[in-house]
Amino acid sequence: MNEAQSEAGLASTAPGSGSQPQQPQQRQERLQSQPQLQPEQGQHQQPAQAQRLVQVEYMARVEGEASLHVKIEDSRLQELVLDVFEAPRFFQGFLVGRAYTDVPELVSRICGICPASHQLTALAALETALGVEVSEEVRLLRRLLAVAQIFQSHVLHVCLLALPDYLHYPSVLEMAQRAELRPAVERALRLKKLANDLTAWVGGRAVHPVTAVIGGFTSVPDRQEGEALRERLAAAEEDVWVLLRLVATLCLPQLVRDEVEFVALVHEQEYPVNEGELRSSRGLVARPATYRAVIEERHVPPSHALHSYVRGRDTLFVGPLARMNLNWHHLPAEVRQAAEEMGWEFPDGNTFASIRARALEILFAWLESRRLLDEVLSWLNSPSQVERKVRPPRVAGRAGEGAALTEAPRGLLYHCYRLDRQGRVESADIVSPTAHNVANMQRDLEAYVPALLDRSDEEIALQCEMLVRSYDPCFSCSAHFLKVQIDRK
Amino acid sequence: MQESGRPRLAVYKLSSCAGCQLQILNVEDLLLDIAAAVEIAYFPMASRQMDPGPYDIGFVEGAVTSPEEIQRVKQARQQCRLLVALGSCAAFGGVPANKNRFAQRVVEQQVYQHPEVLNSVEARPVEHYVRLDATLRGCPIHPEEFLELVKGALIGATPRLPNYSLCLECRLRENACLFAQELCLGPITAAGCGALCPRLGRSCQGCRGPAEGVNLAGFARLLQEKGYERAIIQNQLGKYAAAAPGVALAMAALRWEEERR
Repeated sequence: MNEAQSEAGLASTAPGSGSQPQQPQQRQERLQSQPQLQPEQGQHQQPAQAQRLVQVEYMARVEGEASLHVKIEDSRLQELVLDVFEAPRFFQGFLVGRAYTDVPELVSRICGICPASHQLTALAALETALGVEVSEEVRLLRRLLAVAQIFQSHVLHVCLLALPDYLHYPSVLEMAQRAELRPAVERALRLKKLANDLTAWVGGRAVHPVTAVIGGFTSVPDRQEGEALRERLAAAEEDVWVLLRLVATLCLPQLVRDEVEFVALVHEQEYPVNEGELRSSRGLVARPATYRAVIEERHVPPSHALHSYVRGRDTLFVGPLARMNLNWHHLPAEVRQAAEEMGWEFPDGNTFASIRARALEILFAWLESRRLLDEVLSWLNSPSQVERKVRPPRVAGRAGEGAALTEAPRGLLYHCYRLDRQGRVESADIVSPTAHNVANMQRDLEAYVPALLDRSDEEIALQCEMLVRSYDPCFSCSAHFLKVQIDRK
Repeated sequence: MQESGRPRLAVYKLSSCAGCQLQILNVEDLLLDIAAAVEIAYFPMASRQMDPGPYDIGFVEGAVTSPEEIQRVKQARQQCRLLVALGSCAAFGGVPANKNRFAQRVVEQQVYQHPEVLNSVEARPVEHYVRLDATLRGCPIHPEEFLELVKGALIGATPRLPNYSLCLECRLRENACLFAQELCLGPITAAGCGALCPRLGRSCQGCRGPAEGVNLAGFARLLQEKGYERAIIQNQLGKYAAAAPGVALAMAALRWEEERR
């Protein structure tokens, strides 16, 4: 690979191009551009040492498995390897030959945290391939399913995975031992349960929902259960605000790289979830069918995650922060007012501000699920009519190709399938939010670590983990990720 | 057991989607009570503190698909007094075992540009390598069954984990039988989910694995007589349990019969 290609962000995939597409020298060059850095004051000052190796062997409180290896020589960052060692499960391989009807159910198992997102994206892609159109009722039920998923996933991340770092506990369970924190933990768990129950109300169960199929739903949500959920949602207002205010008390580190490209769906009328056009902070525009013309993947050994790049440019950053940065004006007024009340401004280029975006999306998800639930309940005055509108049509297998882009809790999700004449999968292409983000995480870490070198190895490791966790990575999705190892010389 | 007198719990992850681990965190009402009754000593997805073994109960999520995972599952067995399969991947190979139908290189090349750095092996259930003390079925596990097992371990009672056919549960709920119109795996699948899918208008997909004592070969033949192609039957029986021993036997029997004809 020559340097020009590397500059252009185009790695050669030809055999013999070497198994180390990122040469250390080029990596070092990237480190020269100093980012705007204001990390919080280090508590543990570390005297300059000749050689240090900091490693996180197995990153905790993320979904899936990854490690980080940091080598520091003469107080300079020499090497930084983010290694996704999550064992690959070869979904794109074993889907080949399966009937299209098996696909949504199987791809759900890519991720236990966002199964509905994978299902809904696969359904949309397959429906394009098969020429199936869905009713407005199906569209709204799918939006509710996806919003409930975002709700659940964000509460899980903010409260159980991220907050312990900021409040200095190993996990939420230790937080709950403290009398002053226990009520907040109980509120968060109550929210999480509510979001799970909403998912199950539409999808049949919270993890790996079962009712969403090609063209519709196999059953209509129960009206009585829905009315009980409406009461619980109304009663959850304070829980949402307590969580939001707790996030507002956090002192966030800061990492802003001016060159970062935020990518998210943008929709004309609504905050994007299942539909929209791909846009970026640097002018990228694409639809599902043209996604591959703008985003490419490279397999960077030894990682088991495929890394995504904007063609002709560099890495991309997807997720709640990207969504909020690109869709601020499509948020309900209540959410924008809440941000103002918390003193938060968007767009925000700070990677660590993702937790604020997530907290605001919890408020959004709460509002949106109330709105959608009310609408669904209004139809359920005549359940048999709804049943007709959501009943899956008989679909004959046929040849075709279809792609779909959605916003999963962790960001942009792409699925594309090509089917043969019997409707069996000929090829499958799936790019998860974490796969979109993993190369950008590496860039962020390379920019962040040089400012941390005077801290202890433990503090460097924790800060690196917090940075990676701020992406809410899902390495099961991307290994198709984290231990941190810091090596000081 | 530690001085606290609380049993020490470990949760290991192999090749999986983390959905079964999430089901543990999904018992929101009781999560803090569980954490008070047992010591959650090793659970990387939930805690940064990873205390060393030995542990009293270990839960293994995921199928074994790499040499490293073979080592980890053996280590888990050594570290844990009781070792429990957490879900159908650990119990039957689950969804990861769908790749076993293909030559490893073929599936690798469909996904990766540098398959030489991968060292994936055929997906196997945990019991292929080490002894298990209990199995929690399902894709995902049912949170109630996790609670049943932990409560049983705490009070010294044998947990009730059904292994009879789903049809019993389904009939008791008076669901309409879907077997006549669809490829429903209810007859050969273990109960315990409350016949969730048939209740919601979908045929059983077999996510809880084969029930005890069922005639898988006979069932496969029945499906063939109903007009399903062998490939479809294999895909369906293997969707969540490709590495369950009875599945391979049933498919072999079907193939021999075809060859004799």
